[in-house]
Amino acid sequence: MTGALSRRGFLGALGQTALGGLVLTVLPREADAKDEKDKAAKSEAPRVDKPPPGFTPNVFIHVGSDGKIVIMCHRSEMGQGVRSTIPALLAAELGADMAHVTIEQAPGDPLFGDQNTDGSSSIRNAFVELRQIAAVARTMLVAAAARRWKVAPESCHTEKSKVLHAGDARALTFAELADDAGKLPVPKPESVKLLAWKDLHLAEQSLPVIDAPAIVNGTAVFAADVKVPGMLIAVIARPPVVGGKLVKFDATRALALPGVKQVLEIPAPTPPYVFQPWGGVAVLAENTWAAMRGAKALALEWDLGKNASYDSQTYKDELSKSVSSAGTVARKVGDAEGALGKAAKVVQAEYHLPHLAHATMEPPATLAHVTEKHCELWTASQDPQTAREVAAKTLGLQTFQVTVHVTLLGGGFGRKSKADFVAEAALLSKLAGVPVRVQWTREDDLRHDYFHSVSTQQLTAALDDKGAITAWRHRTAFPPIGSTFNVAATRPGAGDLQQGVTDLPLTVPNVLAETCEAPAHVRIGWMRSVYNVFHAFSVNSFIDELAAARGVDPLAQRLELLGPPRKVSLSELGIEKLANYGAKLADHPVDTARMRNVVERVTQAARWDSRKQEGRALGLAAHRSFLTYVAVVAQVSKRADGRIAVDEVWICTDAGTVVNHERARSQMEGAVIFGQSIALHSGMTMKAGVAEQHNFHQYKLTRIGEAPRKIHVDLVESEGLPGGIGEPGVPPVAPAIVNAVFALTGQRVRELPLEKHGLV
Amino acid sequence: MIKLRINGEERALEVDPEMPLLWALRDVAGLTGTKYGCGEALCGACTVHLDGEAVRACVTPMRRCEGRAVTTIEGLSKDGSHPLQKAWCEQGVPQCGFCQAGQIMTAACLLANVPKPSDEEIDRSLAGNLCRCGTYTRIRAAVKQAAGIEEGSR
Repeated sequence: MTGALSRRGFLGALGQTALGGLVLTVLPREADAKDEKDKAAKSEAPRVDKPPPGFTPNVFIHVGSDGKIVIMCHRSEMGQGVRSTIPALLAAELGADMAHVTIEQAPGDPLFGDQNTDGSSSIRNAFVELRQIAAVARTMLVAAAARRWKVAPESCHTEKSKVLHAGDARALTFAELADDAGKLPVPKPESVKLLAWKDLHLAEQSLPVIDAPAIVNGTAVFAADVKVPGMLIAVIARPPVVGGKLVKFDATRALALPGVKQVLEIPAPTPPYVFQPWGGVAVLAENTWAAMRGAKALALEWDLGKNASYDSQTYKDELSKSVSSAGTVARKVGDAEGALGKAAKVVQAEYHLPHLAHATMEPPATLAHVTEKHCELWTASQDPQTAREVAAKTLGLQTFQVTVHVTLLGGGFGRKSKADFVAEAALLSKLAGVPVRVQWTREDDLRHDYFHSVSTQQLTAALDDKGAITAWRHRTAFPPIGSTFNVAATRPGAGDLQQGVTDLPLTVPNVLAETCEAPAHVRIGWMRSVYNVFHAFSVNSFIDELAAARGVDPLAQRLELLGPPRKVSLSELGIEKLANYGAKLADHPVDTARMRNVVERVTQAARWDSRKQEGRALGLAAHRSFLTYVAVVAQVSKRADGRIAVDEVWICTDAGTVVNHERARSQMEGAVIFGQSIALHSGMTMKAGVAEQHNFHQYKLTRIGEAPRKIHVDLVESEGLPGGIGEPGVPPVAPAIVNAVFALTGQRVRELPLEKHGLV
Repeated sequence: MIKLRINGEERALEVDPEMPLLWALRDVAGLTGTKYGCGEALCGACTVHLDGEAVRACVTPMRRCEGRAVTTIEGLSKDGSHPLQKAWCEQGVPQCGFCQAGQIMTAACLLANVPKPSDEEIDRSLAGNLCRCGTYTRIRAAVKQAAGIEEGSR
């Protein structure tokens, strides 16, 4: 943590100037501020000490006069490899030797632009801006060298932390140039020239996993590993049902336990829940075990509230009823109802997926040290700026009075961008008057998650007398994430359907998509790939069902529905706008050529055409999400005991330009296992408003013995604009497995997990 | 007071004999490399060696550790040079990394007993170690690399 602390001083000495339009804020140096008052006014960060000697063109890069280079990683590391990727990208554009680079984790601060590590956005939203940040530094170092040599800057380039002059052996190290570079004006980021992509030499490299050495020797620091003097550990007994309230409690037994120091009540939240604490009673103790025992020893009486009637079985029936009649139109081409009325044959299927829990291996944890005018946080947050704001609001402080240190995250998957566990720590530290580290137990994590939506999808197609598909109707019902932020949100918004419904290219003349009522009774949150999980499942399953109904090969069926290579217009999709993951449609069109390519590549790799001769059962699925195209083939078989085994998986991904191929591959491998858990095992059900799965014996995840023997990852080489990496691998996995189960057994599974059907 | 040997060092820890080894290591002995994931021996994140045997520290009370030798990830090697640690880095196994100490400690016990394990033996040995990031295929590859078994699965 010392790095982050020293960095705070370094940051504080810089002024802040936001440049309009840029995702990332690029700063002038200290010298550029008009005066001390100006500097202070421009920076929210506390000013502690002077920056180290050297050259600091912006908050991301420092080139020391001693040759040491510091590169900040402003995004949270949760396994996706961002700390291995962003610094490598900056170093490549700078021409720095990674051996000279120290990576520091940025604190939560708008100085760094958007830090919300979410939506597979770290590279795709800032690819150019990140490179500009490094190119500014490179341009200044080159200018300093050119000035010293009296040559044109264009005749110089950087390599291995040196500026080199073309045509002769002249070279100066960054260390030798740092002081001179620091005296030059900082060019505007958009004015500097970026290197050609191939000259960064990232595509052909296998970048190291930066934190691996610390992970394998036990020194990597996660939130629960941080200690400060005088700290107590808090474990919280929360209402079993969201919105429940404490009626009374007796802490006598808890307080009698050795190590237990304080028992504090946390007020119940009022809807919408947003990132408020769940409420309950916190036991603060000298060690975690005492706090856990103390929480169990509390005598608690709850008023469970209106969500205590929530029952997953009943709710499934409600959703089924909801999709059985017309909803709110989200997409319309032609007259699907008319075509269905005239159909020679109607194919219809209903799919149901349960709530899912993020189940990060590291349960949420945050350490807060609150004093009268300051709050210091060490947290496993995906979104440190929101954590900062939530803590400030909880404590009645100004945002600048809160410092957020981001530790490594033991998994995130969207759970840790919700700051409820940060608010708890901040509140408890304030109430207790000492630093407090809140530790969620596994049971807390599973019972009190922001659950992935339960969902029901009804898909209906009309076939004419020749067997041609004349209509496609998709009705979707799921409690939306919006319900966590707005109590009036009781059904998906049209924008929610961009994730696999309204952005789906279909060569069907009549298409209709509708959203149906689905009120929330738990906190709903985004989980890795979000609504794409169930939309991709239902759409890919239904394509397989149509193939079977029409006697067509599933690959041919998919390519037929996808149609010829083209960029699909909004009018073809039958929508007025497409959120498109925040990207312009001109930059990232819905491109059927790219989808066809990944489908064709993955099926060739999996030897799709010879599967029957070889006696192999394969299933195919494909999906575009987070601007990335992914196709998956799964091969399944029956074990000796009759259970389904996933033997081998092929995954082909077109994510445009990929900065870190090695970590992109690992994300695809991980996505296959994540998707396999969804297909085979995982499901969160509620009875009387209470989560029924409390630990890993009930909320099951894929274990090593079930992992495919081989996961073949194929990344499409591309210099196109980058798409996401962390999430888009997930959606096609479960439907590929379920389609393979159909190929093997003839059994069509429309409700996950497979475990529910005795298949695994 | 429980006396035991941790990573080769004699220690006397002032703890309740019922306190699980996990919390004694993390909160009292200052060794945070061993992780809490479930508290019920269901995930393997807290795996350490007790007299050379892989145990789940979250369900191992300190009274069972009296006079015995505990090895944690911090003590597996002095400098990260255990073949498994090297293989883990070379294969790029860790994603978030939270489960990996437990995976490595389980695998180290396997290799100490079965120097050249079969695929089935690897899977069986690590069946109790969950990885939510899904690094299993690389874990297998790294165990094989550390065992000197030819086969890359990258």
